[in-house]
Amino acid sequence: MRQELHRFFRAARGAGVRVSPAESIDAMRAVKDVGFSDRGILRDALLLTLAKSEDEKQALGNCFDLFFSQPDVKDETASEDAAESGGAHPSPGETQTGGASAPSPELGELTQMLMARDRNAIAAALANAANAASLSDIRYFTQRGIFSTRILEALGIARLRDDLDALTASNPSEAERLTAATEALRENVRDTVNQALLLYGREEAENLRHEILRNAPLARLERRQVEQMKVLIRAIARRLRERYSKPRKRQRRGHLDTRKTLRRNAAWGGVPFLTSWKRRHRDRPKIVALCDVSGSVAQVSDFFLLLIHSLHEVVDDVRSFAFSGHLIEVSDILDNKSPEEAMSEIMSKVGFGSSDYGGSFADFEKGFMASVTAKTTVIVLGDARTNNLDPRADILRRISERSKRLVWLNPEGRMAWGWGDSEMPRYAAFCSVVRQCATAKQLERAVSDIVAAYQ
Amino acid sequence: MSNNLPAVSIEAVTSGLASAGYIASPQIATAVYLAERIEKPILVEGPAGVGKTELAKALAAWRGLKMIRMQCYEGLDEAKALYEWKYAKQLLYTQILKDKLGEVLGGAETLSAALDRLHDFGDVFFSKEFVEPRPLLQALEQAKGCVLLVDEIDKSDAEFESLLLEILSDYQISIPELGTIAAVVKPTVILTSNGERDLSDALKRRCLHLHIGFPEQKLEERIVESRVPGISQSLRGQIVGFINQVRALDLKKLPSVSETIDWARVLVLLQSSELDHETVKDTLNVLLKYEADIETTMPQVTSFVAKAGRQGVFG
Repeated sequence: MRQELHRFFRAARGAGVRVSPAESIDAMRAVKDVGFSDRGILRDALLLTLAKSEDEKQALGNCFDLFFSQPDVKDETASEDAAESGGAHPSPGETQTGGASAPSPELGELTQMLMARDRNAIAAALANAANAASLSDIRYFTQRGIFSTRILEALGIARLRDDLDALTASNPSEAERLTAATEALRENVRDTVNQALLLYGREEAENLRHEILRNAPLARLERRQVEQMKVLIRAIARRLRERYSKPRKRQRRGHLDTRKTLRRNAAWGGVPFLTSWKRRHRDRPKIVALCDVSGSVAQVSDFFLLLIHSLHEVVDDVRSFAFSGHLIEVSDILDNKSPEEAMSEIMSKVGFGSSDYGGSFADFEKGFMASVTAKTTVIVLGDARTNNLDPRADILRRISERSKRLVWLNPEGRMAWGWGDSEMPRYAAFCSVVRQCATAKQLERAVSDIVAAYQ
Repeated sequence: MSNNLPAVSIEAVTSGLASAGYIASPQIATAVYLAERIEKPILVEGPAGVGKTELAKALAAWRGLKMIRMQCYEGLDEAKALYEWKYAKQLLYTQILKDKLGEVLGGAETLSAALDRLHDFGDVFFSKEFVEPRPLLQALEQAKGCVLLVDEIDKSDAEFESLLLEILSDYQISIPELGTIAAVVKPTVILTSNGERDLSDALKRRCLHLHIGFPEQKLEERIVESRVPGISQSLRGQIVGFINQVRALDLKKLPSVSETIDWARVLVLLQSSELDHETVKDTLNVLLKYEADIETTMPQVTSFVAKAGRQGVFG
């Protein structure tokens, strides 16, 4: 049974419940105490020891039901196939006698089991074979074939084939029955393998999918990936919030603040009973984001805005501006509407034109320069392709001078910077940081660094 | 009823808690049973007023143990949770013992000789007599064991959580001057949290995690029955039925079990035998704690009462 529990832990990890070794030991002890007799109590005990949040309890409960329903599923299919072949044969009584008389010493074990319709024995043999083939190591759906083969081999399919050949020659009707039973057995094996994949392979598959998604270029996502990417971006936002939302404890040591100390102790004639220390003042990040939403960069800007606007706990103040031909402020739209609505509204207002960086910067300087203070990080997201219009790098210089930091995120690879109409090198001179930002991973890094600069 | 042996079965826990007036769901009973068997603290999460704190009280009453309660709040620190040195006493004793000290050190000629002698007496002023035990240390010192309730742990700072880890996993406290103090009898520890913030994994790992949600209708009726004696069965059914419908609404603060009990008491006091919408409208403020919630519920009252009445007939 210990084996069974270990497999369950593995399945639980696959279902997204983090089971540490310490917790699995607790679960073992708990299970030893409550026993296996009552399924409800066993479920409660495992839920108590392993799952540590409401979501995890849900996931683990489902996993438990799936895991311990395995024998039932097998029974069902076994009875189904019994019913099927029972229908093919006139009466169950006859099959019984047939089953009882058929096993002759020269037939293999598996054949005898199948002929006798010994459901329990088959289920047990199947479980043993699955163990022997270490089915719980299955990770990817591509492994289904190999595991099925291994299980069938462990069951003794080779001997079964020999028997089948022999029977076809000697007793065709028996052979027919055996063929049907073998088919049912194969189906059973396939079901078992599929269930195992569902239980054990999920973790691996999810990880792989996430890894691919994290490194996929944001600008060229397929439609179905966009939804998944949004989920991923939300997860990234949550991670960043967890990391940065808690203000670091201010230090109570360092330089003595003489002026403040004297002031505090004025009541005692300046004898310093209470001391105060100089503190480094930490600001929450203030961000002004300028996003290019012209065709080539729109998708990346979309995700970037989604991310930056789900960081309320971390970031004090975000003002976002979108531009292609001209520039508008979009903070209110993003705060008040669902991401989908917001994006389509922004697109309808400024999107899909050819980008004019110079003009947009001029718009910004005219209307919103006051939003940039010495505490602000200005983030420009764009490919710096100016369509050979005036880049107005002088405005960028002024923005840079006013702000704490100016970060440029460019979805294009470094190789492309400066080629064609890209004005990246000219702009880069005024930026504190320029980095490539084409995938979710790079996006996370970039935003994380920006926020961390305030800690 | 005081027996310190762990319960023999889950049923025994259920009936034991029931004898203390706490109707436990199977999950709760299993959690208490396991906590005693594998000596783990229970972390209870759930909305306010579903009986998290009550569980600890009932457990203590059933076991005949002392309950030590540690209410958490922001800024709670070691000195208030674990122990504190009695500075005043230390100071006073040094003053009183000044002459004695003079005598002891009298023969010493040099400063270092005096110091050596002083060292021979050990740390008299940092001994157990000068430690003021706070709840956590008290819990470890109980000769018969106790139920330690760490209430609303989510209100405390993250630092305090780390402070708890030693006591939760090993039932001991380290005091630098004295060494490690281990529990005489391991206390049953219950932590409660309203989920105001996420607790650290380290803390969660050391606990059994129990989530108490709103009870099922049947269970809630039994809870009302045990808490409000003298309430008629039909009224009970109607109250619970009504509240379950209110919980389906989108409210700021859903009424929980404690509100159900309060409301039942109020209705018994008002000597109403049936739930009618006039009484409900007058007493809705017992149930709902926000003006906005009352406004949301008010128009629905009549239909809810009718439905609850029908349920009472058939259920």
